[in-house]
Amino acid sequence: MDPSAILHGVQGFMYPNEIELQWSLLIVLYPYITGLVAGAFILASLERVIGVEALKPTYRLALLSALAFLLVAPLPLQLHLGRPERSFEMYFTPHTASAMAMFGFVYLWYLLGVLLFEIWLDYRPEIVHFAKTKPGIMGTVYKILALGSYNVSERALWIDDKVGRFVTILGIPSAFLLHGYVGFIFGSVKANPWWSSPMMPIVFLFSAMVSGVALVLLLYMVVSWAKGRVIDMRCVDTMGVILLVAFIIDFALEGLDLIHRVYEADESFKTLDFLVHTKLYFSHIIVQIVLGTLLPLGLLALVRLVRITEAGRKGIYLLSSVLTLVGIFAMRWNVVIGGQLFSKSFLGYTTYKLDFANREGLLPSIILMVLPFFILWGLFRLLPPFERPSRTEG
Amino acid sequence: MDETRRDLLATGGKLLILTGAAGIGLDFVLAGEPEKAPNYDVMKHWWGMAIDIEKCIGCGNCVRACKAENDVPKEPFYFRTWVERYYVPDVDPREPHAEMQPKVDSPNGGYDGFDDVYRHEKSGKTFFVPKMCNQCAHSPCVQVCPVGATFESPDGVVLVDKSYCLGCRYCVQACPYGCRFIDPRTHTVDKCTLCYHRITKGLTTACCEACPTGARMLVDLKNPDDPIHEFLRSNKVQILKPQMATGAKVYYNGLDGSVR
Repeated sequence: MDPSAILHGVQGFMYPNEIELQWSLLIVLYPYITGLVAGAFILASLERVIGVEALKPTYRLALLSALAFLLVAPLPLQLHLGRPERSFEMYFTPHTASAMAMFGFVYLWYLLGVLLFEIWLDYRPEIVHFAKTKPGIMGTVYKILALGSYNVSERALWIDDKVGRFVTILGIPSAFLLHGYVGFIFGSVKANPWWSSPMMPIVFLFSAMVSGVALVLLLYMVVSWAKGRVIDMRCVDTMGVILLVAFIIDFALEGLDLIHRVYEADESFKTLDFLVHTKLYFSHIIVQIVLGTLLPLGLLALVRLVRITEAGRKGIYLLSSVLTLVGIFAMRWNVVIGGQLFSKSFLGYTTYKLDFANREGLLPSIILMVLPFFILWGLFRLLPPFERPSRTEG
Repeated sequence: MDETRRDLLATGGKLLILTGAAGIGLDFVLAGEPEKAPNYDVMKHWWGMAIDIEKCIGCGNCVRACKAENDVPKEPFYFRTWVERYYVPDVDPREPHAEMQPKVDSPNGGYDGFDDVYRHEKSGKTFFVPKMCNQCAHSPCVQVCPVGATFESPDGVVLVDKSYCLGCRYCVQACPYGCRFIDPRTHTVDKCTLCYHRITKGLTTACCEACPTGARMLVDLKNPDDPIHEFLRSNKVQILKPQMATGAKVYYNGLDGSVR
């Protein structure tokens, strides 16, 4: 670390201790991944609780995607800690006044109380079937997964379904809690005007839904192509509508936040305005708003307004979901990194230098973003997301 | 009947011992125990600092003394205390509506003093502002620490248990004054302790000790004879960023409205 190189990135005046950024790309990944989890789960819940039949083909895919990303969600936090070996203290001696301290419990509840339980209930017939039929190691794995419960009578499955529905209903506020909570961790920092806003949890929540739906839409299409399955157009059209609606709400909320800031123009406004027009121009205006919001919004609206062929719609959904995922990533980047680029004195700016191969560099972040897809691939092999003899529909 | 009473006593006794053991155990587990000094009653003090901007000459003695006393890393972005220089230009009568932006600098935190670049400046005003942890009574850094490694001692000093800190940096984000940094050697947070190891032994802080003009004064608000009471009574005193409502206990005399 060369001090002069770090000082070189300063423009105007920063409090000396502010010159180095504290929260790196890893902390950008944390709300991004958590958002994908919450969004995917909420999409799955729409089918289960509200009974949006068209989404049935993606129900299991959404649950497994949520699980794959949830398993990775704490890793960037762990990797980022100065003393990772002490992270268990957050569970054993949490400081209850801290917004961050409770995240571990919310996370554990969501993982064990909601997601794993719901997946297990839903897959129980298959797990029992495979436990009885598969030989060797895989048979043993399924026997362990069965947890000693082999009763798949009609009555037992009926109970599973009822309990599963209850868990899903409980899961919706839990998913809201999980990601609204992440928003609160940022929104409650009164020292930072870029973060400090009661809108933050709700903006995070809707952006999470947007990113989660986009992820499942993209995965569904890609996996279907890869497996040579026919894409259910009714399903992707429905996801397109959900994505559009969630996006409109998200954009409206973010727009409201922006209008509020511009109109109020408090003491931080000039600094933040300058930031958005300079250091954050590309990631905020170009990537987040134009490419990541307006363009996919326009494309998704186009599908509603104009008759487009099936192939055209598929292309639009594919492009929109990729753009959305990039746009929401940019949003997380702008919140986390953008919030540290200006001085709390409002008199200057610093620069974020992203390293490549160190602990908080680009390489571990890429690995962390690829890891959920490997986990998902493993989960697909263990718990097939499409073949469901009793409940599959065309 | 006897049997029951004996049982009750035995169970009660066990519970009592267990509770005591749990209490002692909890003491080990919980952070937030300031280091003890003989003959020092933590309940009899409420520490803060008074800074007289009119008296600060920007010599940097306080910064050097602090770094030496507290083994603060030498790099120019790790400071427990630092000095800022403000230059506030005059209002231009031709453009009185134009906003005056102060020019602020703090080269190496003021460690080496300041070059006299404003010597020939005919207009405007220049002054120095020493900065440090404000030892807030309602400290946002204490609030956000996920494990309670940052805590407020009963005598009003915000301290860090470095053997407990996770290095999550939430407190660094939460401090409105930029007073915290991550020590690159321990990967845990570091901040001004108000020289707790000195003040509990009846000494003053290193920065106050080294200040040649008496611009910095350690104050004990619980001591009725402390000069702080006269200082607060006879001066126009302000704290930094009062809108943050942190209960800051560093009191400035002569604080200009341009200071952030």
